[in-house]
Amino acid sequence: MRLAQHMAVASPRITAECIEATEFPELSQRYRVMAVPKIVINDRVQFEGALPEPQFLSKVLEAVNGGQAEG
Amino acid sequence: MASLSAQDEQAVRNELAKLTGPVKLTVFASELGPETNGQTVALVKEVAALSDKLSVEILNPFIDKERAAAYGVEVTPAVVVEGAEDYGIRFLGLPGGYEFANLIDSILVASSATPRLSEATQTALAGLQSDVTIKVFTTPT
Repeated sequence: MRLAQHMAVASPRITAECIEATEFPELSQRYRVMAVPKIVINDRVQFEGALPEPQFLSKVLEAVNGGQAEG
Repeated sequence: MASLSAQDEQAVRNELAKLTGPVKLTVFASELGPETNGQTVALVKEVAALSDKLSVEILNPFIDKERAAAYGVEVTPAVVVEGAEDYGIRFLGLPGGYEFANLIDSILVASSATPRLSEATQTALAGLQSDVTIKVFTTPT
């Protein structure tokens, strides 16, 4: 969540939602959360586990630049 | 019941001493919801009491429907962290355990409006032409 919330402050375009998975089982099921942290960007790019900042940024850009939907 | 131990409270107080600008924490909670609603209200109030730069507003999404819609809040408990503006930082569910550190970090970055990101990252983000929602699923432990 740290990178996501710093990115939210850096850009007015970005919203960062930290979701407690066990409290929202329907959301977790919808996004197929099997392990945490799981990150879903614009409902189309997703990954599990913490990523270094440059790789995280790549995922964000992939999500807005026509990245393929997964899952 | 206090959510924070005396030791945690002091650590949080020390962190919050770094706040430069005011931060508002808006909690959406419902008494009809699970017990984490009340726990979130209690935790956020405890944190806010540790710095005069923090303010809290507690809203019920079933009564304050327009405010909930304006913030895009559809579930409870939810915490909106705002600095000089609404940067889009939301915590859905009790921000306890591991996420508590991120709640405090979000307060700090919302207060300073200075993200700790590389120049390259900030330049790339400044060029975004469309909206981005980053969902981070976590668990308390």
